[in-house]
Amino acid sequence: MSKKYDAIIIGGGHNGLVCAAYLAKAGRKVLVLERRHVLGGAAVSEEMYPGFTFSVASYVVSLFRPHIIRDLELAKHGYEVIPMDCSFLPLPNGDSLARWSDPQRSRREIARFSRKDSEIYPEFGKVMTHMGKLAKAVIDYPAPDITSIKPKELSNLLRLGRTFKDLGPDLLHLNTKLVTMSALDFLDLWFESETLKAPMAVSGIIGTFQGVRSPGTAYVLLHHYMGQLDGAFRSWGFSKGGTGGISMACARAAESFGAEIRTEAPVQQVLIKKGNAEGVVLENGDEIIAKTVISNLDPNRTYLKMVGEKYLEDDVLKEIKRFKLRGSSGKVNLALDRVPEFSCRPGDGDHIRGDIAIAPSIDYLEKAFDQAKYGEFSTRPYINAVIPTLTDPSLAPPGKHILSCFVQYAPYNIKEGAENWPKYREAFGDTVVDTMAEYIPGLKDSILYRQVLTPWDLEQKMGLTEGNIFHGELSLEQLLFQRPIASYAKYKTSIPKLWMCGSGTHPGGGIMGAGGELCARSMLTSRSI
Amino acid sequence: MPIKSPFFARTSALCNSMNWKEWAGYYAVSSYGTLHDPEYFAFRYSAGLLDITPLFKYRVKGPDAAAFLSRIMVKNIHKLGVGRVSYCCWCTDAGKVIDDGTVMRRAENEFFVTSADPGYSWFSRFLRGYDVVLEEISEEVAGLALQGPTSRDILKQICDADLNNLKFFSTVKARADGFEIYVSRTGYTGDLGYEIWVENEHAITLWDAIMSAGKNYDIRPAGLDALDVTRVEAGLILKDVDYFNALYALIDDRMSSPYELSLGWTVNLDRDPFNGQASLKAEKENGSKWAIVGLDIDWPQLESLYAKHGLPPEIGSHAWRSSVPVYISADKKYQTGYATSGTWSPILKKNIALATVEKKYENIGNELRIEMTVEHKRYTVPAIISKPQFFNPERKTSNPNSQSDE
Ligand SMILES: Cc1cc2nc3c(=O)[nH]c(=O)nc-3n(C[C@H](O)[C@H](O)[C@H](O)COP(=O)(O)OP(=O)(O)OC[C@H]3O[C@@H](n4cnc5c(N)ncnc54)[C@H](O)[C@@H]3O)c2cc1C
Repeated sequence: MSKKYDAIIIGGGHNGLVCAAYLAKAGRKVLVLERRHVLGGAAVSEEMYPGFTFSVASYVVSLFRPHIIRDLELAKHGYEVIPMDCSFLPLPNGDSLARWSDPQRSRREIARFSRKDSEIYPEFGKVMTHMGKLAKAVIDYPAPDITSIKPKELSNLLRLGRTFKDLGPDLLHLNTKLVTMSALDFLDLWFESETLKAPMAVSGIIGTFQGVRSPGTAYVLLHHYMGQLDGAFRSWGFSKGGTGGISMACARAAESFGAEIRTEAPVQQVLIKKGNAEGVVLENGDEIIAKTVISNLDPNRTYLKMVGEKYLEDDVLKEIKRFKLRGSSGKVNLALDRVPEFSCRPGDGDHIRGDIAIAPSIDYLEKAFDQAKYGEFSTRPYINAVIPTLTDPSLAPPGKHILSCFVQYAPYNIKEGAENWPKYREAFGDTVVDTMAEYIPGLKDSILYRQVLTPWDLEQKMGLTEGNIFHGELSLEQLLFQRPIASYAKYKTSIPKLWMCGSGTHPGGGIMGAGGELCARSMLTSRSI
Repeated sequence: MPIKSPFFARTSALCNSMNWKEWAGYYAVSSYGTLHDPEYFAFRYSAGLLDITPLFKYRVKGPDAAAFLSRIMVKNIHKLGVGRVSYCCWCTDAGKVIDDGTVMRRAENEFFVTSADPGYSWFSRFLRGYDVVLEEISEEVAGLALQGPTSRDILKQICDADLNNLKFFSTVKARADGFEIYVSRTGYTGDLGYEIWVENEHAITLWDAIMSAGKNYDIRPAGLDALDVTRVEAGLILKDVDYFNALYALIDDRMSSPYELSLGWTVNLDRDPFNGQASLKAEKENGSKWAIVGLDIDWPQLESLYAKHGLPPEIGSHAWRSSVPVYISADKKYQTGYATSGTWSPILKKNIALATVEKKYENIGNELRIEMTVEHKRYTVPAIISKPQFFNPERKTSNPNSQSDE
């Protein structure tokens, strides 16, 4: 007979691990069950080729909440993030644009494309700093429930309202624009140079099945700006040992507080008795009983696989089925025998030590999206590449490097159906390598190993439904008190004693730890555990 | 990564201290020697030579040049005579200062403008409708400031300008050895001095000519540390230290009007529309909240605080630029403002500061209290409001054969 836990957490993604750590720290008996042999979910490091450790999925971090690092003493457990200094945009015509943390250096670079833009750039930064103030109010608290009149809900709502009000009329107006406009329209309010706008606009489409001209993408742009602007974390950075390093730090912290973590323990379903979650059934048939169950899986998997349709009310089922996942990105990781050298700016200088965007123009990005709309992957995709080994040499043998390419668009639902992705996997990989090789002529000769992950692979390997990198699109109707669904948004589900803590809950995707923390806090403060 | 000014080959060879800083994206010498004091004394007793290339520089040309500049500056540029220079600021619609700089009228329809922040984008917002060409020439033109009592004698030897008759805040085109320069009688030291503008290609020749002509006049290359002391003595405010560019300020409280910066004298209100006019009119009528004042910090009291700890007064020779609270009384019950920069003035033997205080306390002679930290403890000492221009020698504005002229 299994022993009784206060909580079982299904999934050892970073959010599940953060949640486990908070509950264990509060003295609860917690068990984490991870399907794979490694922890981390989409924030995972794996040695895919001898001596080469890939950040298999997510590759950079900025949104991770600083107070979680303090609360869980993550630095002690190995959390280390090294900020990036540069955003580099190589161009097909041999030119390039690098934006640096040194404002004067950026000004000179941008001035080559537009003197006006170069000077407005800091003004834009100022406005985004104000918008970023929202980040704290939005990310660090459970989303307020607008239908409730409980004092706590009202105070949550009030705090959010006050933060909005503090923006003043001009910024408030702008904020309204931000949530309704397209990323490009929003940037058009400031800038004229396409060369500048294209690599900025892509923040608005990451992980969405939208184009830079689609309404609502301006909000996603802000979502990516938030980490950049939050006081403690100025910019995106590399996690030591890959993004799995963050997950491992969370796991060690959880264990230090007494949590139990098991890998290769796939859960078949949630055990539901008399309507309540009472534990889980593993794929091997074992039953483990617990007072509560927390799912780190996306909403779709949680409700449709772990619970099952027969336990769902009609309305909830409808809402869950409407929840948009539609993954649109893939990942190609390359092990290289040398530093990739860009023809437009040769050498291994600081320009390639940050993030590298293949986004030469707005039309390029829109064309890439057009193909995806009709069920094809982009033949010339948007790529966000990094060479983490230039910052963290522990990831590869001396002198060898990793080129990590996040690729969009790769629609989950390709024309012939998602299950046909394996047929196209290598062609997709070739497209990415060909695209990169246009900027890095020696690339193909230097590849020692290549890992290609299509959205289908992300689903099969990582358990991300439809390959959605954020457990559900960050579109406005799926955010805040509506994430994942309007009727059950506060880490609770329609099944009593079953909770959710993954990226499919407020405040959404990315390596933030926020879902895990807020779920634990909600459970503890409501004495549900 | 800063870039090098055209004088870098010379300045870097002379900078023994390796003491540099970044100024508007350029490498700039903080002090050539480990101590900046000799450079300060060069400014005050002989001549100091400072690379001012990092200033942003613009050429405004065309029939409407004066009208265009009058539209954006708080000053009526129509009234600026050819060959004259004006110190100016420019404002947002709300009448808050964006930046300050100089406008030089080189010809009826040609002006040269300097600024501390890049201004091209903002200036060009107002170009529409004017027959004028705005050109940024920041990276094409280099600048030197030659400042100090012997600066005139030095400069006379290297160019043909009639310097004996060149008045304070005037500018003239001149010929040096084989190339053209513009000389203006301006500067940031509050002393006799000139700024010299030259095409990049002649920069090194100009530097060498001035340095060699200056040998017999005790010239010294000088860095920004020495300049900082002189500019506080002269009561000249500095952007990002004593005020902030309103375009970049995060909150309204960090924005200032020209009146609040005690630059009201630069504002010409009653004329054709200019940026910020309505707001400035209203402020003029209703009164401003703040004023920038000079503070003469009581030395004997400070001395006695040190004495209490068994110490002689320890005042660094660098100008400081951190915010220091200013109170109306020693009990610290009411903070009326804050000092933003200050220095020990070696020439006045005074401890002085520039401070932003509530307007009602701005009167010369008023006594306030400024916070002073002595041996890790916070005290207040009396600070008497005085004119920000602590040091204002006659030579700054006088000409050899005539009376002083401002
Ligand atoms: C390709 C890619 C690139 C990305 N890039 C970035 C980036 O650069 N920066 C950034 O901040 N974010 C990025 N993201 C998003 C970010 O990685 C995710 O939002 C975040 O890691 C999700 O964490 P999570 O803990 O909520 O869920 P997950 O990491 O998805 O964790 C869920 C866990 O549950 C496990 N599981 C699934 N089914 C079962 C089962 N039946 N039984 C037991 N366990 C199960 C999974 O194996 C997994 O470990 C990226 C995502 C992807 C896919």
